[in-house]
Amino acid sequence: MSVAQPARERPRPALPRVPARAVLAHYLTGYRRTWRAGVFSSFLLPTLTVVGFGLGVGAYVDQGVDGVRYLDWIVPGLLASTALQVAIGESTWPVFSNFQWIKTYSAQSAAPLRIVDILAGHLAFVLFRALTASVAFLLVTALFGALHSGWAVAALPVVALLCLAVAAPTFAYAAAVDSDSWLAMLFRFAVIPMTLFAGVFFPVESLPGVLRWLAYGTPLWHAVDLCRAATLGVAPQWSVPGHLLYLAAWAVGGWLLAARLFRRRLVV
Amino acid sequence: MVTLVLPRLLDVSGTSRRSASVIERNVAALKSVYWLLLLSGFVEPVLYLFSIGVGVGQLIDGFTLPDGRVVQYAAFVGPAMLASSAMTGALAETTFNFFGKMKYLKLYDGIIATPVRPFEIALGELGWAMVRGSAYSAAFLAVMVAMDLTTIGRAVLAFPAAVLVGFTFGAIGMALATFMRSWQDFDLMGSAQFALFLFSGTFVPAEDYPALLRWAVEVTPLYRSVHLVRDICVGGSGGLWLLDVLYLLALTGLGLAVASRRMVGLLYK
Repeated sequence: MSVAQPARERPRPALPRVPARAVLAHYLTGYRRTWRAGVFSSFLLPTLTVVGFGLGVGAYVDQGVDGVRYLDWIVPGLLASTALQVAIGESTWPVFSNFQWIKTYSAQSAAPLRIVDILAGHLAFVLFRALTASVAFLLVTALFGALHSGWAVAALPVVALLCLAVAAPTFAYAAAVDSDSWLAMLFRFAVIPMTLFAGVFFPVESLPGVLRWLAYGTPLWHAVDLCRAATLGVAPQWSVPGHLLYLAAWAVGGWLLAARLFRRRLVV
Repeated sequence: MVTLVLPRLLDVSGTSRRSASVIERNVAALKSVYWLLLLSGFVEPVLYLFSIGVGVGQLIDGFTLPDGRVVQYAAFVGPAMLASSAMTGALAETTFNFFGKMKYLKLYDGIIATPVRPFEIALGELGWAMVRGSAYSAAFLAVMVAMDLTTIGRAVLAFPAAVLVGFTFGAIGMALATFMRSWQDFDLMGSAQFALFLFSGTFVPAEDYPALLRWAVEVTPLYRSVHLVRDICVGGSGGLWLLDVLYLLALTGLGLAVASRRMVGLLYK
């Protein structure tokens, strides 16, 4: 008794040697269709801020800050805070939706991908978004004559590290919460206060005691100080290795936490 | 005469009752986290006031108004933060939430099966946005008075102005929401909103801009709102505030008319 054998499945394409690349390719394919809307929010808006704020308000800051024009002073801050906004924006609703709404992660975990591949692939995409926005922003600010030193290029690895330092913990946070209202809370109580008070628009030193230490504790301040040193070609206020280690600690801690929470939600 | 007018009057009370039931629905549907989000809504403009007004203000000694008076920078920026937060709050509720409810939750498809009509839904949603927005504005004005950026008398006058600003943007937002095709359109709206926020005489007087930009800015609703609220809080421009009020009232009427007209088309299929 011979039953007709079902046609043999075609061999599947092999996983790339680094499986996370397949995950990254997934996000890039989607991004090819939606990048236009992102150009507005992640590039044009910071540029408008440079014009409206740096030039407009800068005209009233007569003596400048630390001996440079106000515009030149806030540009590195805006660079870091743009990277921060893009990084956190890309790791809140998109991650939450991949768990809760469109369930991309469930589909990916059914494929021969490990949890770390799913996580690393998505983080790589977030890094790509933050870096492209930063490069574009840096080019525009160069036209304003706001970059004083060739060291400005060194700001790019710094914002990349900042991106990982804030995106990884945010991945963990978005994996842990049960309602997207918590994501809006993150913006209201962490992202916006950080952007406003971590040395982007005015020196942290003018904050009173406790608040100043809170500002020093944010990853954003460390990146802003390094970026400012890079674009103005001066020494940072704090040691460079100290800054880098602090940011790396956030990235590693966030990664470990995120991997744990992803595993808890995806491995049943 | 009585037979002609009375039914209309009764109808008005019916309209407000039915609009109120839309608000009631929104309150009943609140989840606990959302309450938290709602209560903390007034924090944002206060943070901006402290960061830009006070923090950046320290770098500016004595801000000279176009009419020659010198004020603290925070006193100049504060009213603008009030007006723009009234705009942001009203737009968030009437565009994002309204669009989601209409297109994805299909909430209004259910509501029109009851005696509530599209215009009353619009009015109810607007009313709900205003309840929230007005509470935020009152809290913000209290902070301004506490920081000595304005007087109590001026703050009391500024409150209805902020409510009017909220109404105007709420009505515009609802009209816009009926034209939205997908969430991507909100990115464009967000960008437009941010550009308005930066350039509506918020951080520097519009007199600083080149002439062409200045005229373009002066006809935008946010500029007129900032102008109105600032006029009340710090004084300065004579009787021009009346023009602002009329302009905002006209826009509110226009927005509501367009919104309810379009909703009739979208809902009664």
